[in-house]
Amino acid sequence: MTFESPHIRVKDLNVHIGGNHILKNINIDIPDKKLTSFIGPSGCGKTTLLKTFNRLLDRNKDVQIDGQVLVDGENIYGKDIEVTSMRQKMGLLSQRPFPLPMSIYDNIAYGPRLHGTTKKKELDVLVEHYLTATGLWDEVKDRLNGSAARLSIGQQQRLCLARGLAVEPEIILGDEPTSALDPISTQKIEELFLQLKDKYTLVLVTHILRQARRLSDYIAFLYMGEIIEFGPTEDILLRPKEKLTQEYVKGYIS
Amino acid sequence: MILATLIIAGSLLMILYTIASKGMQSLTWDIISKVPEGGYYIGKGGGILNAIIGSLYISIGATVLGLVISIPVVLYVNIYAKRNSWLANITRLTFDVLFGIPSIVYGAFGFTIMVYFGLRASLLAGIITVTLLVIPILARAIDEVIRLAPTELSDATYALGATRWETSLIFLRQAIPGIITAILLSFGRAIGDAATVLFTAGYTDSIPTSLGQPTATLPLAIFFQLSSPIEEVQNRAYAAALILTFIVLIISLSAKYFSKKLSKHKI
Repeated sequence: MTFESPHIRVKDLNVHIGGNHILKNINIDIPDKKLTSFIGPSGCGKTTLLKTFNRLLDRNKDVQIDGQVLVDGENIYGKDIEVTSMRQKMGLLSQRPFPLPMSIYDNIAYGPRLHGTTKKKELDVLVEHYLTATGLWDEVKDRLNGSAARLSIGQQQRLCLARGLAVEPEIILGDEPTSALDPISTQKIEELFLQLKDKYTLVLVTHILRQARRLSDYIAFLYMGEIIEFGPTEDILLRPKEKLTQEYVKGYIS
Repeated sequence: MILATLIIAGSLLMILYTIASKGMQSLTWDIISKVPEGGYYIGKGGGILNAIIGSLYISIGATVLGLVISIPVVLYVNIYAKRNSWLANITRLTFDVLFGIPSIVYGAFGFTIMVYFGLRASLLAGIITVTLLVIPILARAIDEVIRLAPTELSDATYALGATRWETSLIFLRQAIPGIITAILLSFGRAIGDAATVLFTAGYTDSIPTSLGQPTATLPLAIFFQLSSPIEEVQNRAYAAALILTFIVLIISLSAKYFSKKLSKHKI
């Protein structure tokens, strides 16, 4: 399945880690301002695929990446790409929240400060805006200078989302962002994702089929490092064409 | 286990009791505020201010210089080099080996370098040699805490568009309590070590006013006085030991206080 002007286009991507072939001939188009989910059993390579999108994999010594990942038509593995500004386009939400070792306020202000916003007034506005956008403002407005580490884990995850949004990304990558959270926090994050779909391109790795169904517009099913099937949510979950997808969706393999 | 705990606690108390009981009587204001007068080592007046100041100069100088060298190395190994790269592994191995080398070897090595460059025994030579001694202590301790910081923390900063340098600053921030502990360890080792300064810092009765002058140190002050046959002078050695212990104690307590204060944001 291809799109005319995808936000991210992956072409013939192969990833080897320490001699193991983790991703095999990946070709996929991630549509603009939609939510695309990667599903598949653990170890199938969905997180690795996600991490190739903002080049977080390159930091390991024995990783070999071949092929292209085009973001807005530009190959992010090209020679004269500036990795830091490329990464800034992509917000990342990891499995467990990792607030920075500083206050709640500074966590949000960290990104804007890196990229040149230093005036206290402007930062105040940004902090309030993004904390409001993630529904945290009322919960934390009285302790903005308190430590981010003191927040509950659900609040921390929303703080991390707000922190990511504050650098004005175009794409948000979620690597099983609710797997460490309680049901209520999960619900809050899911609601936020649904709201964000209008403005951002979202890519979500999840192993919860019901979550994929609630949130995604498109689903890609990965198995053993290959994309088995990719299509609209309903097609993949209700009318899968491939036998492997059928078995996974029905719960025979996990 | 209770026995082992008692032995540890007991020996600390025994040490404190010995130096306190023998040193207290000689611990006068003169001892900590005056330099030795003529004939001090045969029981005449004066104090060991020269050794106190000399030891503080050397251990502060060496710890600061050691930090300036070891922090960049640790950041390189943890953040700049790729994970498990051979250079990072060799660097770690080097620090482990250096850590195990006895301080007298550093002293001898420092002495060779001194001779090679035509330096006299001096404050500078002492600081350089003690720096060599504390670098592996600092580097290993800081490496340990930075390695403990979750790697996802760097994923988070990189994803926000931070450079490696900006990421390094976050890791240093996360590691502040550990860095303070490292400073404490290194300072304690630097101020208490006799073998490194034996050949390199020299010994003198005056307080050094420049890096090129030789300087006295507390461990050597203890050593020289204890080898005296005169009881009064021997007791002064215990007083010097008491001062040394007291300085280390103050450093420990203040390090604890600051590490608590500065780590409130640690995740």
